Amino acid sequence: MAHRGSAVVQKVALPALAFLLALLSGGILIALSDPLVLPLIGSPWKFVKAAFRSAGKAYLALFQGSFFDTNLMTHGSFISGFYPFSETLVIAAPLILAGLSVALAFRAGLFNIGAQGQFIFGAIGASYIGFKFELPPVLHVLFAILGAILLSAIWGGLVGLLKARTGAHEVIVTIMLNYVAAYFLLWLLKTELFLRPGRLDPLAPPINQSAHLPHLLGKDLRVNAGLLIALGAAFFLWWLLNRSTWGFRFRAVGANAAAARTAGISVPFVTTAVMAIAGGLAGLGGAVQTLGTQYALTTDAAGSFGFDAITVALLGRANPIGTVFAAILFGGLRAGGSTMQANTQTPIDIVLVIQALIVLFISAPALVKYIFRLRDIKTGSSVVSKGWNG
Amino acid sequence: MSEREREVGSLSAPERRRRRGIATMFFLGLGALLAFVIIPKQNETVTFGFVMDKEWVAFHEWSVSSKTGSLGFAIVALLAALLAYLQFRARKTIRLASALFSFTFFMSFLCWAASGKFIPFTGLLQGGLLLSIPLIFGAMAGIISERSGVINIAIEGQLLAGAFASGVLASLTHRNWLGLIIAPLAGVLVSLLLATFAIRFAVDQVILGFVLNVLVIGITGFLYQRLLIPYQSTWNSGSTLNPIRIPILWKIPLLGPILFNQSIIVYLMYALVALITVGLFRSKWGLRMRAVGEHPTAAESVGINVNKVRFRNVLLAGAIAGLGGAYFTIGAVGTFGKQMTAGQGFIALAALIFGRWSPLGAVAAALIFGFANNLQSVLSITGTPIPSEFMLMVPYIATIIAVSGFVGRVRAPAADGVPYKRGESH
Amino acid sequence: MSLELRGITKSFGALVANDGIDLVVGDGEIHAILGENGAGKSTLMNIVYGLLDPDSGSILVDGKETIINGPGDALAAGIGMVHQHFMLIPVFSVAENIVLGHEKTKRFGILDLDAAKEEIRRVSKEFNFDVDPDAIVEDLPVGIQQRVEIIRALIYDAKVLILDEPTAVLTPQETDELLKNMKNLRDKGTSIVFITHKLREVKEAADKITVIRRGKVVGTASPSASQEELASLMVGRPISLEVDKGPANPGAVILSVKNLNIHDATGRRLVRDVSFDVRAGEIVVVAGVQGNGQTELAESIVGLQEFVDGTITLDGLDISSSSVRDVLQSGIAFVPESRELNGLIGSFSIAENLILDVHDLPPYAKGPVLSPAIVAREAELRVKEFDVRLQSIQDPASSLSGGNKQKVVLARELSRPVKLVVASQPTRGLDVGSVDFVHERIIAERDSGRAVLLFSTELDEVIALADRIAVMYRGEIIAIVPPDTSCEQLGLLMAGIHPDIKKSA
Repeated sequence: MAHRGSAVVQKVALPALAFLLALLSGGILIALSDPLVLPLIGSPWKFVKAAFRSAGKAYLALFQGSFFDTNLMTHGSFISGFYPFSETLVIAAPLILAGLSVALAFRAGLFNIGAQGQFIFGAIGASYIGFKFELPPVLHVLFAILGAILLSAIWGGLVGLLKARTGAHEVIVTIMLNYVAAYFLLWLLKTELFLRPGRLDPLAPPINQSAHLPHLLGKDLRVNAGLLIALGAAFFLWWLLNRSTWGFRFRAVGANAAAARTAGISVPFVTTAVMAIAGGLAGLGGAVQTLGTQYALTTDAAGSFGFDAITVALLGRANPIGTVFAAILFGGLRAGGSTMQANTQTPIDIVLVIQALIVLFISAPALVKYIFRLRDIKTGSSVVSKGWNG
Repeated sequence: MSEREREVGSLSAPERRRRRGIATMFFLGLGALLAFVIIPKQNETVTFGFVMDKEWVAFHEWSVSSKTGSLGFAIVALLAALLAYLQFRARKTIRLASALFSFTFFMSFLCWAASGKFIPFTGLLQGGLLLSIPLIFGAMAGIISERSGVINIAIEGQLLAGAFASGVLASLTHRNWLGLIIAPLAGVLVSLLLATFAIRFAVDQVILGFVLNVLVIGITGFLYQRLLIPYQSTWNSGSTLNPIRIPILWKIPLLGPILFNQSIIVYLMYALVALITVGLFRSKWGLRMRAVGEHPTAAESVGINVNKVRFRNVLLAGAIAGLGGAYFTIGAVGTFGKQMTAGQGFIALAALIFGRWSPLGAVAAALIFGFANNLQSVLSITGTPIPSEFMLMVPYIATIIAVSGFVGRVRAPAADGVPYKRGESH
Repeated sequence: MSLELRGITKSFGALVANDGIDLVVGDGEIHAILGENGAGKSTLMNIVYGLLDPDSGSILVDGKETIINGPGDALAAGIGMVHQHFMLIPVFSVAENIVLGHEKTKRFGILDLDAAKEEIRRVSKEFNFDVDPDAIVEDLPVGIQQRVEIIRALIYDAKVLILDEPTAVLTPQETDELLKNMKNLRDKGTSIVFITHKLREVKEAADKITVIRRGKVVGTASPSASQEELASLMVGRPISLEVDKGPANPGAVILSVKNLNIHDATGRRLVRDVSFDVRAGEIVVVAGVQGNGQTELAESIVGLQEFVDGTITLDGLDISSSSVRDVLQSGIAFVPESRELNGLIGSFSIAENLILDVHDLPPYAKGPVLSPAIVAREAELRVKEFDVRLQSIQDPASSLSGGNKQKVVLARELSRPVKLVVASQPTRGLDVGSVDFVHERIIAERDSGRAVLLFSTELDEVIALADRIAVMYRGEIIAIVPPDTSCEQLGLLMAGIHPDIKKSA
């Protein structure tokens, strides 16, 4: 413990290096698959130059699409150059919430693969209240959000209840429930209740204006109050885990369920409560996405938010603050990925590759240390799931 | 631990499971009887078609009135449940009775659901078998990996990698058999990552499998957009393997054309299932695999290199799933489609859990899932009172019911998912 | 065959488990390695058997240096081992367990078990072991499981047999049987390394004794040495085997257990019709060989067992169906059998561990809000009072030594206002100093008027602490006897043999 560099550096070093490695690997893939690069393999210098150009162009577009673009600046002020960052935050908001859902479960020793399904039910709840009712603006939003949380908390809590009552492993149950939720949504959108009048395709009626989440920085930037909700939820979760008796119990069960039980903590209750809250958080994500961005329920209501949430929580080390930063990073990759695809014909799928590689490197600190010949990196992890019998 | 005594007249866990199973049969049978009586339905006829090819004896078709059929089969199903109960009381196996129950219950449902329709019965079975092929490969891969103590959530990725590699190579070379060779290798590549990170770096295996799936989906999706779409004629224009008729066998009525007029992949699957079933419980390979999956330290203490056994078996699992992946491309449609495995890897995982980590159990589960899926698509074409989305949910809900202990607590190999490090644990 | 170790050194992080150990085990002798818990005996033997790699040092078999990189090498060199935690696969049959690693196969790699079964029957007969090769291991009692391990070593022609704490799970009678078998094996030419911390067994069976303390060889002794001599060599200072304890002053009945039955999830009865009382100011010790239902009985009192019928009352209050939390709140301190598994949360800080079962009560919490400052302040007081040696109360509990972990558990449980202390094997695996601390503390609890229910498998501890002894065998309390009952009688009772003793309860 002689050299104990600053705590922040310790925490950031590993994710940063993992990110770097992942970008590098992604770059190699981009360059090698470029039809303009491969034929040059005969002359090494040209080949390397072309490879760098290919990957460089793609990553520049990625940056322009996710953070700042000087091309957009010329039209107006310096600020408008940040339009892409607003897009990043638009994606980040629901991602933070879904990520928090997974992170909370991790802390209680549960692996919530079901954020996707919970997100869907949140979207369903918010959508229904959003288009069905006529209420004053703020109240309508609150009501819709409450409905979304309730519905998804029940959906998530069901998993906890099954685990508590019967020992059914949450990984298996949540994987299966994701499919059930997806099919349920498909069916629901074909029912009278959710069919938009005059349309035959599965599309729900539009959300009433009164239930829209307001934009934060004017009409042109899409970043909306959903971001504040997400940040608020992250703070709440931090408080819950570190400063409340409930969080103490959640963490105790996560770290050693047998000892927690011996100390009089009800493991079944914690399991159910955690999965319900986790469901609620993911469902809140669904509500934010529906009320803040989509304005209507579609078959693709959840996109891949629920799955990205898992990588987000892993990158954020199941820590609420880490999860926020991880979600913004991945939100940026998503937003920038679209621009990259449009401008340089580099398929957005590369974002998935980068995401997966980051998490892979993060979860094997020994590998990153080996690659960079490092010694002094903090590698403790609170992210541990258990085998099928655990 | 001293000898623990058993209460007189109490039941062992498997016995209780069986008893619960029988109770479920009665419940379902009665439910069917009531539901099909109460829910109004025109008394139209259902017609089942049987002929497929030139079998020795060919049934042509069989028609029955919807009401008679559904009620009749429901009654037989109840009788089968009764038979199961009697067998159980006599401490005999209830397998036959359960099979009879499943069949009649299903027929009862079919008579009700397809009233006034024509059901190509053999086609239904054939389609079900085809849909379960990748599930069976995936489940076998899962069994081998998990029996040796490494959780395999990456089946989806292994299937997808196999599908991609075989499709692309067959298209580039115009040689389908090359696709059959590259597919297992692609699966092994995914497994190599799984094994390295799980065994060498002791990374949490559930997380690892999940991330590997994302990685494979990402890479194949990327290359698909980048190469397979713009240069389709070279990169993605493969064909399918030709079916091979097994002489004589294919002429067996009803089953012959279904089982013995298939592509080489299906025959490989039969062989694989047989080998694994025998090998797992009766060979040196199986004994060592189960040993490192149940109690690695004990295996180490008799001189077995635990991590080597695990590593090899995880690679083998990848090869099997990869081969199964080839079915998607050169086995079925010829070309590769983005994310064409569509979650089949997870259903394979479900099948292996549903089948309690036993090869035949997993095959049975995979067949049921494949069949349910096919029934759904057949019924959605002919029209049915049940929305197809709910039919599609069947495998998933069945799995949840299975792991919820409704049919008994499912027990994984004891050390499944637990990394082994020499000299660390007892 | 002889076995010689030269300068074996092995460290785990800062802890030096073996420090330059030299040892010679001669041909055809029973060589006891004596040392208290944590002295490094098991580490040494795991090195010899190839389960651990030494940092330095060499192993000589019959005078020739032998490299042992894994158990396979050890077996090939003629070294066999019976482990403290049996190395058998529970779901395998006896024959499958024995062939594992040395499988003979028929065509296509199919196992050939017939020859192995024949061998097992032969060895089993020769030593009167009564082992069925087709039995599934998890269905066998531990005594038989141990025999399976011995048979395995013999079938693989072990010339040196290492027995690691083999008597820990046996009844006194089974122990005698084992010692007899060991001598029998020695007479047939097998060298035996016998690892133990039990002085009586060493004196009875060993030809030579090597004593290990804190990873070093501190001396050798002959079996004729007195128990006191051996004990002081083992611990490093003269010790008395007695515990200071005044007469008990029993008061009112605090805990009353009536007609208690416990089943497991599969319906097997683990505890049968147990009834007893514990009074204020007395220590009742439940004695018995491990696995006779003591764990379940202890857990059922605090509500940790699921399938329980019968009544349990605490100071007149029926707690039979109360939740764990309510039971603890109503005045029971519980020291569970395993510190690591049930007593502590390894990754939590010491301060957090000290409030595990009171975290939501004042002064630690106001409503749902935790107060870290008060938690820390109280923790400092506790660790001082219980003499927990640590660097910081914010360090994870897993960083503590076994003795200090147990002190943290005691500090937490005994600082609450309780009427009854239930302690399950509280000294298992502790060094002598910590054992003394725990014993003194338990007697102090009794003297302050609390009722104490102690579960112990160690006869010495039972006799040293008990005011009354309840002997448990196969889930039943077969007798409750006074503390002056002889060792022999207790031994017979623990083996389920019921001489004509009147129940003194």
